Amino acid sequence: MASQASTAVPGLRALRRPSLTTPFALILIGGVVFWLIENLIKTPSDFYANFIFGATNGFLYALIAIGYSLVYGILELINFAHGDVFMLGSMMATTFVGSTVLGLTAGGSWYVLWPGIILALLITVAFCGTLNVTIERVAYRRLRNAPRLAPLITAIGMSFILQNVGLIWKGARPISTRSLLPQGSIFTIGGVGYTWSEFFVVLVTLPVLGLLVWLVQRTRQGKAMRATAQDREAAAMMGIDVDRTISFAFLLAGSLAGVAGVVFALYNTNTSYLTGFRTGLIAFTAAVVGGIGNLPGAVLGAMLIGLLEGFSDGLSWHALGSAWTEAVIFAILIIILVLRPEGLLGERTPEGG
Amino acid sequence: MHDRLWTALARFGWTEERWRALPIWQRRAVKAGLVGLVAILVLAPLYGFDAGAYLGFLTIAAIYVPDWARFPYGRFVLPVAVLALCIAYPYYLGSMPKLPIFTELPTMTTAFTMTIFVMMALGLNIVVGYAGLLDLGYVAFYAIGAYTAAWLASPQADRYHWSFNLGGVGVPPGLGGIHVSIWLVLIAAAGLAALAGVIIGLPTLRLRGDYLAIVTLGFGEIVGVVATNGDCLLSGVVGHCVNITNGSQGINPIDPPGFGHWLHAHLGLPENFLSASNSLDLFYWAGIVLVLFVVYCSLRLRDSKLGRAWVAIREDETAAAAMGVPLMRTKTWAYAIGAFMGGIAGAFLKSEQGGAFNTDFAFSFSIFVLAMVILGGMGSIWGVILGGAFLAYLNIEGIANIGGWYNSTFNQNTDLTSYSYGIYGLILVLVMLFRPTGLVPSGRAKAEYELGVEDQPLMDARTA
Repeated sequence: MASQASTAVPGLRALRRPSLTTPFALILIGGVVFWLIENLIKTPSDFYANFIFGATNGFLYALIAIGYSLVYGILELINFAHGDVFMLGSMMATTFVGSTVLGLTAGGSWYVLWPGIILALLITVAFCGTLNVTIERVAYRRLRNAPRLAPLITAIGMSFILQNVGLIWKGARPISTRSLLPQGSIFTIGGVGYTWSEFFVVLVTLPVLGLLVWLVQRTRQGKAMRATAQDREAAAMMGIDVDRTISFAFLLAGSLAGVAGVVFALYNTNTSYLTGFRTGLIAFTAAVVGGIGNLPGAVLGAMLIGLLEGFSDGLSWHALGSAWTEAVIFAILIIILVLRPEGLLGERTPEGG
Repeated sequence: MHDRLWTALARFGWTEERWRALPIWQRRAVKAGLVGLVAILVLAPLYGFDAGAYLGFLTIAAIYVPDWARFPYGRFVLPVAVLALCIAYPYYLGSMPKLPIFTELPTMTTAFTMTIFVMMALGLNIVVGYAGLLDLGYVAFYAIGAYTAAWLASPQADRYHWSFNLGGVGVPPGLGGIHVSIWLVLIAAAGLAALAGVIIGLPTLRLRGDYLAIVTLGFGEIVGVVATNGDCLLSGVVGHCVNITNGSQGINPIDPPGFGHWLHAHLGLPENFLSASNSLDLFYWAGIVLVLFVVYCSLRLRDSKLGRAWVAIREDETAAAAMGVPLMRTKTWAYAIGAFMGGIAGAFLKSEQGGAFNTDFAFSFSIFVLAMVILGGMGSIWGVILGGAFLAYLNIEGIANIGGWYNSTFNQNTDLTSYSYGIYGLILVLVMLFRPTGLVPSGRAKAEYELGVEDQPLMDARTA
């Protein structure tokens, strides 16, 4: 968890790692940096546009990646269903945006629009939080002492069930919604505008991340969570209600997925029942890149992956193009897992130290 | 429920102990009788059983009830009887009655695809069930098998002006490309898939369980992307497109299987499966032969030194390593052999379907095969066969049949097939929660489950 002391013997880890890794990683990173600089020189406007696009997506991924990290930190479970909770959140959000109940119309005045958006946000957050807690209660809790693969398999099953729920709820076609956010630019850089709708993502994400840090570091419940993540049995002996704490972690993760769902629906103005799986995998990759269980790591990883996705999608000089982006992201996941399984900032799980 | 039933029965003097003391064939006879009674009382009035239904029931009961293990070679009776029923399936399919709810028995095309999926499930069972390595990228091996068949038995290679014919059948004169006999293609596909298994396995197998699952998932997805974009690879490097998968166009037509003219003339083997009059039956029987091969390998491997090493790793990796089991080599073998079977199945399926398309190789396919293994019972060969056959049937026509039955009975208009992956997800969750050993637990899993020795220190182990 976030404020747990870092591993005491960094020297040992460095010794254990095969020496082949470091030069390989350096060459890889050097190549990527060279490629980026070359692109910046050749097509600066493309570079800026994709930088903005990627960074915005990065914030979105951060919200989801933290959900994976929270759950992994406390249960050592890859919660495959998390991406689909996010997907259902985005569907919930499109329900509100599409309806006139909350008075959400693009041309409407700001004092109708913003309270409406905030209300949609709150309802979606509550929905996703509850959903995630229910999933834990139904599918994972019974398997707490089962072999480790068992909850992983139910998580995959839950993911498919939720996808089907989305399919039944909104149908197979992607749903597009009205764009509510103001489209004008705040400032331009190299001829590329930074729009209000992109700023909206940051505007929502940063306070939410701040709130999360406060929850995890300062509150009693957060402390209980960190204790449970370190040692479940010892935490139970100290009087912490472990089941409740785990439920709380799932509630937090689900709520973040809900926030991400609303932001995604408003920013992207379309979603589909397949969104969750892909976005979830990318966010999970981000969590692994940063070091799973490590909350700042998840944010860092999400920014990196978001930027990389943007650059891989949009740059022109020797870029693979958007058709290969998914493969690039998974290749990074594999390389990171094979060469540095503890991630960039170090893994913080009971097992990983 | 279980306990209450026994307390109710105990009032009539039938305790659980007394029931268990009966010889097994008497218990089975009572069970079969009860099932038959329910069938006659509940289903017969609804569906009107004919003689075939009773005959079928009696056949199953005659195989099931006697305690075959007491007779010499008795343990072969059940498998041989089931095999005989499977082989004879095309002959009695036409005269079979409709089933309740499922309505139709699988058609011959479905039966063939079921054999293919059973093969894949058995292959994955070696990785997941025996060695305990969760592989979420099994589709990669299917894809490699499929594209091997697509390259070695289709006009695809003609793009690069490579043409030759090595026992390929059903090739129209003048069609270029490589055309190799399907039986050689199967060997090549299996070999290439196994090689891919080793290549994927070597760097990743030192990861622990759930990370391994993610890496295999990543490989599976990458294979999917390559299949989609494979019509133009390396264009930035060599200056022109290197086309290995033909992208979304797919590679077709793939040659049908067959033994060719010479073997047909001398041994009477079918020359070309596709143009034979009993084409579907031939595919089905060939599928059965391949399944038999895979089952034989699975059985022999299970009891081999390698198989025991897999089980040791599955149960406790550290202890296994301490006992001298070479972890990397053993795990890599599991990957290679699992991939080997997936490659055979993929190549043979594509030679029946006649084309390999990028959309066939999605992540959901891996989960589908995994669901077969989980449903049947990880590590249990008979369970996995059952789970594979059942889920494949559900996927191809079962869900549609049930949907049709549901719609006509309750006068609804629901498209049940669009929920199929939700249903597979539900199967995964329900089996894991309520029957983690699967439908037909392997002997070891059953013992572990009943004795409760799993993951517990020795002194805590309950004695039975």
